[in-house]
Amino acid sequence: MKELVVISGKGGTGKTSLMAAFASLADGKVLCDADVDAADLHLILDPGVRESHEFQGGGTAVIDKDRCTECGLCRELCRWNAIGEDLVVDSIACEGCGVCVYFCPEKAIDFPIKTCGDWFVSDTRFGPMVHARLRIAEENSGKLVSLVRQEGKRVAEEKGLDLLLTDGPPGVGCPVIASLGGASAVLIVAEPTVSGRHDMKRVVQLAAHFRVPALACVNKFDLNLDETRDIETFLRENNAKVLGRIPFDPSFTRAMVEGKTIVEFDGASEGGRAVTEIWDAVKAELAV
Amino acid sequence: MIISIASGKGGTGKTTVATNLALSLGPGVRLLDCDVEEPNAHLFIRPDVDEVRTITTPVPQVDEEKCTLCGKCAEICQYKAIVVIGETVLAFHELCHSCGGCERVCPEKAITETGRELGVVESGRRNGLAFVHGRLRIGEAMAPPLIQAVREYERPDGLTIIDAPPGTSCPVIAAMNGADFVLLVTEPTPFGLHDLKLAVGAVRVLGIPCGLVINRAGLGDDRVNTYAREEGVPVLMEIPFDRNIAKAYSRGELLVEVMPEWKERFVELHRRIEEIVTG
Repeated sequence: MKELVVISGKGGTGKTSLMAAFASLADGKVLCDADVDAADLHLILDPGVRESHEFQGGGTAVIDKDRCTECGLCRELCRWNAIGEDLVVDSIACEGCGVCVYFCPEKAIDFPIKTCGDWFVSDTRFGPMVHARLRIAEENSGKLVSLVRQEGKRVAEEKGLDLLLTDGPPGVGCPVIASLGGASAVLIVAEPTVSGRHDMKRVVQLAAHFRVPALACVNKFDLNLDETRDIETFLRENNAKVLGRIPFDPSFTRAMVEGKTIVEFDGASEGGRAVTEIWDAVKAELAV
Repeated sequence: MIISIASGKGGTGKTTVATNLALSLGPGVRLLDCDVEEPNAHLFIRPDVDEVRTITTPVPQVDEEKCTLCGKCAEICQYKAIVVIGETVLAFHELCHSCGGCERVCPEKAITETGRELGVVESGRRNGLAFVHGRLRIGEAMAPPLIQAVREYERPDGLTIIDAPPGTSCPVIAAMNGADFVLLVTEPTPFGLHDLKLAVGAVRVLGIPCGLVINRAGLGDDRVNTYAREEGVPVLMEIPFDRNIAKAYSRGELLVEVMPEWKERFVELHRRIEEIVTG
């Protein structure tokens, strides 16, 4: 099975619009939204949820006042300053390490498992989709990303499909690392700005660090041609294959407002043709 | 006062607002770029960096001479970062959350703590503006402790502006918690609105007052404005969708430098935030 993960480093470069376009162009695939923190792909693909599951994270410390003798050891041991002077645990600050639970001499600290999110297996007009929603201010997004990808593979196997298209999160930290391990390739969507170039370099280094082959394209390339050329030079020098350029095209936003992919909205638009060419190049690279 | 600038969706203009606000307000302001995964504010501020610190987090180191393979360390670890396999104890430093449980529980005192590099914190100045940012090491997963290290540069006096990372999970919470005000930056598109709702939810969990900057106004639709009105989130500034603004940004130029009339608007934005915070 092949998996393509779309990442960018910098947010807002057009990952999800591109992934939505791929959804309408690719045959025989499962779609995965691995941006569990601020998932947007469903706004275009309008999934009908077939299965819904809760995602259990780790435990959170809760001090039982009746059993507590106020010795304060928990507060002393907590490295997250999550226990206040009143010996109440701040559940947002609690890291779930369980150290206080283990060492409490009165065994007065409970450690209930927290539900951190929900994940779904759905049907869309472009095929099956696995997606998730981390609950507000929760942690363990990396684990949820891994789970979404693993379930995506399971669904693909069940249906006899051999391609997984995964919309990745921004950044280079925990959720991104969880989204690219073991992928066939990442497709980096860069933006021709000084910030976009800076962030693209870090994500190219990340892909190399985890030995995932990198493909790339520049979105809104006509915004700054000098930056576009600098970005493409860096990509080539660092073994990331440049698959194409996408122009700034207001059709992307208009398509989004109508809940359509750019291919559905206007496949003959400049943007629509550019993403189609990039998809053809991706297919050739992945041999799918 | 601490103002944290956040967004939910990435690429909506957090850094644009943070840098222009910081430079509009004159001396005594501190700008902390807490988007340690992809810090960008320095590209616009171009500070003279005078200090670079490597930040580490404690991780266990096992003295095999003393270890009796009792397995208590593996038992206490919630992250599977230390395990006993056959005749040896393996510590997986990249999985460790630095809670110190294994070191404390070891009956043989065979575990000591060494450091795993999280990244660097760089600080410097541009004229009267104090600037600090963190840069996560490539391959490092955990941003929140590095964000914490950047936030140690906060001072009780004066104004601290925090440029937060995108999203709504732990790194964002680490960059918003304890702020007096959260300024949310969004764009008027369906993605912008959806992620704004998540961000407002997170700010409300923390109980911090918030307001909104709509960037690229006129680009999509007006559902963001309708939402803001219905939810009682004040719209404090709108930055129009303008190709010249986008081009200046692409070159690393500040709005207040290219279009000086914006300076007054950022001063006014700060005045309105102060009004809300001080009631």
